[in-house]
Amino acid sequence: MQYGGKIIAGLVIFLGLVSLPFWFNMGGTYEQPKVELPKNAKECVAPKEEMRTSHMQLLDEWRDMALREGKRTYISANGKEYTISLQNTCMECHTSKEQFCDKCHTDAGVTPYCWDCHVPPKEAK
Amino acid sequence: MKQSRRNFLKFAGLSAAGLCLAPTAAALASGGGGHGKAHAVVNANSKHAKRWAMVIDTRKLNTDEAINALAEVCHHIHNVPTIPGKQDIKWLWEGTYSETFPNQTNNFPSEELEKRKFPLLCNHCETPSCVRVCPTKATFKRADGIVAMDYHRCIGCRYCMAACPFGARSFNFMDPRLHLDMEKINVKFPTRMRGVVEKCNFCVERLAVGEMPACVEKSSGAMTFGDLQDPDSNVRKVLRENFTIRRNPAAGTEPGVYYII
Repeated sequence: MQYGGKIIAGLVIFLGLVSLPFWFNMGGTYEQPKVELPKNAKECVAPKEEMRTSHMQLLDEWRDMALREGKRTYISANGKEYTISLQNTCMECHTSKEQFCDKCHTDAGVTPYCWDCHVPPKEAK
Repeated sequence: MKQSRRNFLKFAGLSAAGLCLAPTAAALASGGGGHGKAHAVVNANSKHAKRWAMVIDTRKLNTDEAINALAEVCHHIHNVPTIPGKQDIKWLWEGTYSETFPNQTNNFPSEELEKRKFPLLCNHCETPSCVRVCPTKATFKRADGIVAMDYHRCIGCRYCMAACPFGARSFNFMDPRLHLDMEKINVKFPTRMRGVVEKCNFCVERLAVGEMPACVEKSSGAMTFGDLQDPDSNVRKVLRENFTIRRNPAAGTEPGVYYII
């Protein structure tokens, strides 16, 4: 290996640069966003963990059930009935989009376009 | 113990069988825990029909004011903006006889008929050309005959607008919220976003909770709404007793809105 030293040094510098974001964030602690839970409701349509990881799938299913299949009543796993509606059911308990939805969405860097059409409670009093 | 090939194969076979059975056993175990699976059903008080249709009595409902009052109610509950100019969105509007029935005009119509205004809306056709041309299935025909829109899927290609022989569809050239009073909108119903096509939905969201379409409720009897397939329904009764015509029958789309002349 004629240029072994240079190649290895180059590789080390390259790997160092590529992994720079990881170095920068090492040692720091991640703090979960503090969402404001609804005061007037104790339980959601599904357990908290399930909602946290897959509320997007649930909303996607709800959209098709209500709009395309015409099924607008949701019976949850523990037998409770809910009207399938983002605006009239979800936002009835989660009365603040800024304090609930936006906090995690901003943290995770996602911008769902739900609010282009559905009206969050604050916007229309 | 000496490990023989025979023993190894026996053990491997048993393990494979166990792996196959495990998911079933787990499902059975959790199924007995008293928790049902979450699912969706049709609202208990929703209105049902094999094929929804509307009959409009234009002897009773034929003035600008009366039709505009219906349009106002419709547009308010569905958050339809009023945009000055050609970009206006309309779900329910009015037209003259020749606009309504372009293929059935007479060169010397009666004076009364010439003055009459006709309420126009999506015809919710039996063979809707808009559904046929929609590349994303955003517009679709439900089992009960209502031609509905799924705004989540609409890509704004406007094929449906080109295909509709009744001009019943409007395109959102701009954000409709710019022309809506956000303080006064109906918060129970979403608005639309820029770049989607929209139209009347026969108040599908009201039928789902057991209410009649808003215009029918407001029309004080001039509009009849019901099941076309049921011989005893109110629309069939009205159709039996009156002479009715439909818009543009030559287009072959079999509209679901009938006009008593």
